[in-house]
Formats: sequence, C-alpha cells, structure tokens
Amino acid sequence: MRLNKHKTFKTGGIHPHDNKLSAQVAITPLPLPKMVTIPIIQHIGAPAKIVVNRGDMVKTGQIIAKHEGFVSSNIHASVSGRVGVIEEVMDSTGFKHMAINIRVKGDDWEESIDRNDALIEEIKLTPKEIVNRIMEAGVVGMGGAAFPSHVKLSVPEGKHVDHLLINGVECEPYLTADHRVMLEKPKEIIVGIKILMKALGVQKAIIGIEDNKADAIEIFQQLLKNEKHIGVEALEVQYPQGGEKQLIQALLNREVPSGGLPADVGVIVHNVGTTFAVYEAVQKNKPLLERVVTVTGKSVKQPSNFLVRIGTPVIDLLIAAGGVPEDTGKIVSGGPMMGKAIADLDVPVAKGTSGILLIPKAEASRSEIYNCVHCGKCIEACPMGLEPYRLLIMSKKGNNKRAKEEHILDCIECGSCSFVCPSNRPILDYIRLGKTQLKKQKNV
Amino acid sequence: MNEVILYTVLSLTGLGILAAAIIHLVSKKFAVQEDERIDKVEEVLPATNCGGCGQPGCRAFAKAVVEAGTLEELHCPVGGNAVMKQVAAILGINAVERDPFIAVVRCSGSFEYRKKTNIYDGESSCKIAATLYSGDTGCAYGCLGMGDCVDVCDFEAMYMDEKTGLPVIIEDKCTACNACVKECPKDILELWPKGKKNKRIYVACLNEEKGSTARKECAVACSGCAKCFEACRYDAITVTNNLAAIDPEKCTLCLECVETCDVRNIITVNIPDEKIKSATDHRIKMEERARKKKEEEKLAAQAAQQQNGDATKQA
Repeated sequence: MRLNKHKTFKTGGIHPHDNKLSAQVAITPLPLPKMVTIPIIQHIGAPAKIVVNRGDMVKTGQIIAKHEGFVSSNIHASVSGRVGVIEEVMDSTGFKHMAINIRVKGDDWEESIDRNDALIEEIKLTPKEIVNRIMEAGVVGMGGAAFPSHVKLSVPEGKHVDHLLINGVECEPYLTADHRVMLEKPKEIIVGIKILMKALGVQKAIIGIEDNKADAIEIFQQLLKNEKHIGVEALEVQYPQGGEKQLIQALLNREVPSGGLPADVGVIVHNVGTTFAVYEAVQKNKPLLERVVTVTGKSVKQPSNFLVRIGTPVIDLLIAAGGVPEDTGKIVSGGPMMGKAIADLDVPVAKGTSGILLIPKAEASRSEIYNCVHCGKCIEACPMGLEPYRLLIMSKKGNNKRAKEEHILDCIECGSCSFVCPSNRPILDYIRLGKTQLKKQKNV
Repeated sequence: MNEVILYTVLSLTGLGILAAAIIHLVSKKFAVQEDERIDKVEEVLPATNCGGCGQPGCRAFAKAVVEAGTLEELHCPVGGNAVMKQVAAILGINAVERDPFIAVVRCSGSFEYRKKTNIYDGESSCKIAATLYSGDTGCAYGCLGMGDCVDVCDFEAMYMDEKTGLPVIIEDKCTACNACVKECPKDILELWPKGKKNKRIYVACLNEEKGSTARKECAVACSGCAKCFEACRYDAITVTNNLAAIDPEKCTLCLECVETCDVRNIITVNIPDEKIKSATDHRIKMEERARKKKEEEKLAAQAAQQQNGDATKQA
C-alpha cells in the first residue's frame, strides 16, 4: 500500500539518496573569471562555425560562432574582452573540441540586451518570431543533454502536439540548480511557459515537480491559482523521472514508441532552466551566456548554486565553493548518476553543465566485479523496459545486430542498471559501447 | 530365461542391421557432392580459423579458393607463401607471391615519456575507455594501454610491457591476421610489410596536434618538423597534419632519415646501430658537400657578376 498518492512512472526506476545539500542556498553570481574558454560544440548536432579571429574585441552577448545547419546552435561571447587562441581543448565530455578563448576586459554588453530585472509579461512576438529568437539566442536544453530548443519547437508536419510539459523534476541526487531557479524566478518561468505555449500553439501545460521540492510546488500552486491552462503536478520521488519519456509516462500515462520522439504522442518537454532561458531570450533579447551551476559534495565547505558565465573554468567554481577537499576522489560534471568525471580542472562550464559534484575517495572507486547471478534486478530497474544484463553480453561479444534488435538504442543511459547490480557489473559501460559502435556503423 | 536373452539379442541385432542398411542407402542417395579439392586444401591450411584472410575460418577459405579458381585475391596470411604454394599445387594454378606483413605499434608514449594526467578506474577495456573520453594522458591519439589487442591475439604474439605500458609484438609469432588492428579503438596497430630480411622502419606516433602541443603531451611525439621529410631522397616520407609517415613501398631502407628525428621516433627493427651511424655520416657528408657546392656556385656567380661589372666599367 502506498501512502504517497503522487504520480510517478511505472516502468522500472530506483531510489538513490537525494542528498540535496545546496537546496536552501540562494543563487549567487560568480565573479567574472580572468579567462573563459568557450567550446564551439556544447550541444547535440553540428558544431557552430567560428566567426571571430584571434585578437578581435568582443562584447558580452556577441555571436562568436554561428550555427551550421538546423540542428546546431549559436555560441555567444559570455564576457567582453579580446579573443585569444582558438584551439582544441578538453571539455566536460572528456574529448577535445575546438574552443575560443577570451581574455576578459571589463563587462561591456551588447546594447540590444535588456539587462533590467523587471518582469515583462506581454508577449509581442508571433510564434515564428519566437522560434527564430530562441534559435538566434542559442538556447539549448539545460537539463544536461543540450538539445537545441528551437528544433524541439519546430514540430514536424503531420504531428499534433496537445501538451507542453515543463520538467522541474531534477531527479539527479545532489543537484539543485533547477530547484533554485524555480524558487527564485517562478514568475519569469511562467511567462516562459506562456511563450513556449504560444510558439507551439498548445492549450495545456503542466509543470512536473518531485515532492521533495515542496516549497517550489507551493510557489507555483500559489502563482497559478487563476491560470486555467497551466497546472503544476507533484510527483513521487523516483529516478530517472527527469527523463523525457519517464516524465511523459508519469504525468500523462502515455508511452513514447521505441525510437520515437515525444511529439509522436503529442507532447513536447522543456526543462525549467530552459524555460527561464527562453524567457530571457524572448523578452530581454538576452542570449544563453550564463547558467546556474550547483557545486556540491559531502565534504565541500560551502555547497552553492552559482550563476556562472559559460566558459568559466571549473576550478574557479571550486575555489568559490571553498576549495577542493583533501579526500576528493572524483570531480564529476553533472549529477552522480549520469554525470561524467572530468579529467582536467580547467574544463569549461558549458550550456549543459548543471552541476559540479565532488565525490570523496571512499565513494568514488568502483567495487570488485563479480559474475552475473541472473537476479534480474537490472531488468526491474530499467525505466525503458530493456534487459540490461543481456545487452552487456551482446555488446561485449560484438553482436551489435542482435543488440539492436533488443532495442539497445532505446537506452537513455540513466545508469539504473549499474546502480542496482549486486555484482557491480559495468553494464552501462558496455551498453554505451554497443550504442557507439552502432552509431558508427550507421555513419559509415 | 535363456530364451528371453536370445530373443533380445536377435531382435536388437536385426534392428541394428536394418538401421545400418537404411543409413547406408540414405547416405548414398542423398550424398552431398562436394569438390574433393576443398578437403585437400583445408588440410594444408594452418587450421587456426583466425579470419585473417577475410573468410570466416579455414574451411570457408578453402571453399572460396576452389570456387574462385585463382589466388589473385585470396591469401592466407598465417600460412604465408609456403602454404599458398601448396594450395596452388593442389588446384593446379599459379601461386601468387605476397610479401609477408607484421603488426607494428605506432605509439612510443611509454610511462616515461607520456605522463598520466588523470586516473581511469572504469572497466579495464580500451574500447570502453575510448567511448568515455580521450584517455588518461594528455595525448588523445596514443595507446590506452589496457591490452584489448593482447586479448584478441590468437597466436600469443603480443604482451603488454609493464615498464612502458605499451603492447609488444613478438616477431616470430605474429601472423598478420589483423585481429589486433581491428580491435584497437585508437588505430595504433597497423599491418606493415615485414621487409627484406625482416628489416623495416616506421614512425611510431599518430599525434596530429601542433608540434608544441604534441610535445607537451608526450616527450617523444612527432612534432611534424619535417626534418625526416627533407632528408628523404626517395619521396617515401610525407608530413600531413603535423605527422610524418613513411610509405613502406617507396622506402629503400637507406636509413638516412632515422637520426634526423630529434626524439628518435623513427623505429628501426633488426637494423644494427653501425648501419644507422654510417647512413647518418653519409647524409652529413652529402649535405656538407651540397652546401660547399652551393657556396662555390654562389662565389662563382658573384665573381662572374663582378667581372661583368668590371667589363662594363671598362667599356
């Protein structure tokens, strides 16, 4: 019998400790760094094309790399100053990508950007202009995957969208960036939702928030009292509820078909952080050049939520949060479940960087791997209804064709299978390998 | 009691004979006609079933050879020319000689030269590490050192050197079956002509970054300085993307390039040091001679000019 009557998704799911250490810490702007490194690929899709040269002076908000093709995103200067070396640097994905270095000089913004904090509620632009503005502002999904938002807003012909879901779930343990944005900018988010609804032409929007963020739910319930078309729904805490497909299942009980998109079941999902960025892009003409990043960890002195310019080196954030504790074993970009350990402290904050997590040595290392005991826990945990232990074997043996038939490409890489495995098997590692190889084959 | 035993033996024997007769008839009637030569060819093949020839096993190779009727495109790298000669004899066709190949490791970034910048503690597999990030050293092109190649080697021809962290190929055992080449996610291993008297040279680096960056990452990285390119008189060396590469078909093993490399990353195999030294001396001598010649020409030209000038003055 469940006492908790809140909705949640039904396939799989796990319950890691949520450890939201920085939930009550207000967002503070981080002082300007001396130097920023802005990778030209921070999103899913084609890398942007560099339009500045070494030695150029740029203003905050100026485009420094233009999107190439539709599935791509503009990159803006997040600071003002002189463009330095343009070279390949290691970014938070662990691979080297082209990046533009800018040496900071003052803070000289583009004049077209409205830097006033006043709330603007009236939406003047037409749907087409909204999508265009979002594209120009380089807004991408800020939950982590960084999928260009304008692509999501351009619903393919023949598909009818009836619901806009706003993802305020933040199911990753430790992270509180979205939570703080919801607490501090609720009115802006609501305007952002209205903008997105106008762009999509939908009549119904629901904000999904997990019930461990009762304060955020309350704020939205208060503000949305008189709104007929926008609702807020509390969700039972369960990982990975923040996954698009899981959120759709939880809120609307619809299932996205294998290989399909949310638009196939009439839904578009946007993150609250993205919604706020959309508000700023459309109402204030401000491109995506800063974001909220949670810096946290059990032994971090001051777990914090910083407003950080894109391209700021991670080390600056760590220093601002009280330095790197001695017992740190791993520094992870993102949350503990889906985040990735970074290999270098100079790695820049990108549009998709939601948090920096310091994991103590005792918790960081992997445990000894044993044989699979066929207990089926991974199957129970998989939110996509896959059989992870079998996918591991197929990938390991290089049987990618079979793995594809078993829907390996549906895996959302949430890591629930590896989390529950009593034999500590590297299930996700091999599934990811299989997926990578299949994608390579496709490209060839 | 005896009767029971007798009847049992008789009936079972009868059944056995009947079954044997049926099997015999069926095997005659439904016998699959197969070219006898396939069996013969298979017998001379090395029976390693390694797949190095491109066929899924030795029998498939035998079938393919018999069907093709020519050895132009089929070659057993494990058996080499000796086995292919036997195959040719069985089929009564011309044998096609091929130069033997061997796998080479195109990375010299040992622990000593290539410092670790981070610690990888995930699943010990190069393939997995390569999907996660660019590696635990600064060099994104180098060997990851977890030995996926050693694991797939059917011939025990490789091992990981604990001192350097790089794979080592045992020359006598490597059959050039291509398994390690296919397995390496960084494409460090490459099949290389074994060379005359097993002598060969190659550049053991794949780093395509700018010289200064590459050297920061690895002390023996190829910086693309092109000194070897300039020393080569046979156009066998090319420098593309800040990386030198030797074309084994053009290389004459004159060895003059070897010592031009300031990090000595042109690897020589089975070549005595004296030969390299004499080649280097020869190159220096030739260079000296060329320089002198140039100077003389320059002087001569100057003198001629002066004379000309004098002549015009006098006129």
